[in-house]
Amino acid sequence: MIYWYTVLEVAIAAAAGVLCVVLGLFRTKPGDLSMGATALVELLLLGQLGIAIVAPLVGNSPTGSIIEFYIYLIVALLLPLLAGFWALVDRDRWSTVVLGLACFAIAVMVVRMNIIWTVQTQ
Amino acid sequence: MSRTPSASPAQPTVRRSLGIGRVLIIVYAILAIGATSRAIYQILTVYSSARVPITLSAISGVVYIVATLALLLPGRRWYRVAWVTISFELFGVLVVGTLSLLDPSIFAGSAKVSFGTVWSYYGIGYLFIPLALPVLGMLWLRSRRALVAGV
Repeated sequence: MIYWYTVLEVAIAAAAGVLCVVLGLFRTKPGDLSMGATALVELLLLGQLGIAIVAPLVGNSPTGSIIEFYIYLIVALLLPLLAGFWALVDRDRWSTVVLGLACFAIAVMVVRMNIIWTVQTQ
Repeated sequence: MSRTPSASPAQPTVRRSLGIGRVLIIVYAILAIGATSRAIYQILTVYSSARVPITLSAISGVVYIVATLALLLPGRRWYRVAWVTISFELFGVLVVGTLSLLDPSIFAGSAKVSFGTVWSYYGIGYLFIPLALPVLGMLWLRSRRALVAGV
């Protein structure tokens, strides 16, 4: 993993989480802003997937379990899709909160992925 | 069109306006996916080193999946399933949480299996969400009792 990218990703996922939860609590239905923020988090995760594939080839290998890392990454990649799909089906403010919680969960999961990659030992 | 008296005709007709319950469901879903995928990973890799905590993790993961579905699906039967699974979770987190404090060796496993199960130390590895969630779930189910029973 690339440290600055990971920090950026966690920061944006957490910010998107706060944004969507606040928007939802202020009775905002899922819209361009909340869906866009969630989409940005998903995009960053796709970037992380690319980094995870390339990094070991250029000498940046995980210290921990690569399988566990990918389980986290795949689940994280699925979350915005699930939350976003739900937000399209049930368009009320709670769907906006759901988007935010998915982003929060991703922030936590990326922190955990970073621990697996850099701290955890086999 | 024969209809058995036990099958209440109105049973599935409630279009559940889940509302805030959806927030509960997404947290359940994330916990379900997290606990289950982690248990699958542990069974595949380090199962022999810590059978008790990993088996327990797998069971809790499956129960979280059932609870998520039960909260999501309409009808009285699923309402009852939701009560059973959520009660089981509260029971699990209280019992395993207490045991893990009294005798950490039961659930410690190897160093690779940190925090043992989703329920160890009352779910500290999962921000205590496993402890809070069943209580919130029960409150929500109770608030929906009239809606489900009153059809």
